[in-house]
Amino acid sequence: MAASEHTVLQFTAPSSTNLSAKVHPLVLFNICDCYVRRPDQAERVIGTLLGSVLPDGTVDIRNCYAVPHNESPDLVALDIDYHHNMLVSHQKVNPKEVIVGWFSTGLGVTGASALFHDFYSREVPNPIHLTVDTGFTNGVGTIKAYVSVNLSIGDRPLVAQFQEIPLDQRMVEAERIGFDILKTTSADKLPNELEGMEVSMERLLALIDDVYKYVDDVVEGRVAPDNSIGRFIADTVTALPKLSPSALDKLVNDNLQDQLLLLYLSSITRTQLSLAEKLNTAAQVL
Amino acid sequence: MANAMARSFLQVASTEEVASPLRVVQIEGLVILKIIKHCKDFAPALVTGQLLGLDVGSVLEVTNCFPFPIREEDEEVEADGANYQLEMMRCLREVNVDNNTVGWYQSTILGSFQTVELIETFMNYQENIRRCVCIIYDPSRSHQGVLALKALKLSDSFMELFRTQNFTGEKLREKNLSWVDIFEEIPIKVSNSALISAFMTELESDMPVIQCDYDRLQLSTNPYMERNLEFLSECMDELAAEQQKLQFYYRSLSRQQGQQQAWLQKRRQENMARKAAGEEPLPEEDPSNPIFKPIQEPSRLESFLVTNQIANYCNQINGVAGQSFSRLYLLKALHAHDK
Repeated sequence: MAASEHTVLQFTAPSSTNLSAKVHPLVLFNICDCYVRRPDQAERVIGTLLGSVLPDGTVDIRNCYAVPHNESPDLVALDIDYHHNMLVSHQKVNPKEVIVGWFSTGLGVTGASALFHDFYSREVPNPIHLTVDTGFTNGVGTIKAYVSVNLSIGDRPLVAQFQEIPLDQRMVEAERIGFDILKTTSADKLPNELEGMEVSMERLLALIDDVYKYVDDVVEGRVAPDNSIGRFIADTVTALPKLSPSALDKLVNDNLQDQLLLLYLSSITRTQLSLAEKLNTAAQVL
Repeated sequence: MANAMARSFLQVASTEEVASPLRVVQIEGLVILKIIKHCKDFAPALVTGQLLGLDVGSVLEVTNCFPFPIREEDEEVEADGANYQLEMMRCLREVNVDNNTVGWYQSTILGSFQTVELIETFMNYQENIRRCVCIIYDPSRSHQGVLALKALKLSDSFMELFRTQNFTGEKLREKNLSWVDIFEEIPIKVSNSALISAFMTELESDMPVIQCDYDRLQLSTNPYMERNLEFLSECMDELAAEQQKLQFYYRSLSRQQGQQQAWLQKRRQENMARKAAGEEPLPEEDPSNPIFKPIQEPSRLESFLVTNQIANYCNQINGVAGQSFSRLYLLKALHAHDK
């Protein structure tokens, strides 16, 4: 038998198997918003993911838009014109963001997903499929990312297998804004500078108390000591620069005086402003 | 005739509608994220975008937005920009996004947004939509863990005055308008869908420390303060220049008045002499004489805006200095614990 006649079952896995993805909170917000606004009869929403591939190979999903589609048991249709129009518009604003894949709501992958995935594979090599379980099927909102692995016999494609890839859901951008206003359905006002400061300080204080409690517990023998925790605490304490009390006092006082000077300057400017205004508009008797 | 009728109908319609004042701007978390992302991606370049939403009584709901590409001074590109806007609106409508412009957003550096351009843009928007709002985001402040988001509108009395373009001292006194009355800040409320709220609760990290804590407890504020002061002193120079213009105006005005008086006295004496000689008296006014030409009073708009800027910088300095105080005392307390 000639070797060429062998039919070989082969997996064409993506070039880098240790692919991972990172998702910007905006994408999640947008997907949820699209889902809330979906047409009556639609079961799910799908759309395009935009972003870039970071130097370390991580796919950074930074933006997305929904694409209208139709799904019936024996027919799927995607509004390709819409997809292209939207893509052109997005590229005008930020040419650096390119298609990296597509999203769908719902848990896991369905049969029609393979067809959509096929379409996106023609737009971009090796697209990512992001699923957001807006139905909270298992009681949790599962967010997963997949890539497709093609299984073929010889040249004939047989099946496409969706393989889950790690997804980084830490949302630094959302943390910057504060979960307090993002996780409630309605927040009456934005926190101002000092309120934010207060919250942060309270958190710091709680942390210090926690550490105290832990150390006390270990010393009293209530908790089994853990060397790695001890090392972390030691590192943290030594991270504070060793300063003599007088040097520290000088440092703090100098800084305080700088700030006071700035406050003084801004107050005097304000006084000057109100004075100037009075002189300019009120007293013009000629 | 028909045209006049139509207009009067329109006028009636617009006068009968009692406009309740805008009290709150309610923004979706999605919009905040979109604005921040757009402004941050392009910082330090300044960017703008359109806000979409609904006008519900005294609350203006901002439910979506889209960014504008960075504008270039080119007519062809400008037409392109208008097309982009229409295309984007059409596309968003197709996925059931609120298709109603309620204003625009823009980024700013250190809050230096009080410009004539902003006012002009606002007037343009105001012509088409009765209630619009401008959201200002300052990406430079987010490094200190502050969410510097502001919703602004022009006050009605200022808009009225701006239409006449008459910013003389007399007019301002008459309207009792001072620089604080140009912009009105509207309180912002944030709303999220229940779905988002569920997801965020799920995804909130268990970590007791989050990014904004690190940002807030950062000790170094000097670069920020330095730039603030730099901008402040530039503004002070501008204000001084504006003051000088005014002084110059008053000086020339009083000189002119002196000249007018002298001329009048001369003319009266002349007339007296003519009367004695039995001749017709000459008129007591002579519009052709250059000393009777009224001197243009400089507009106060510029100095008002500069004053607004300065007040803004002062507020920022106060805010950051306040934060610094807390941090310094915190630092001191930490070291005191150490001993």
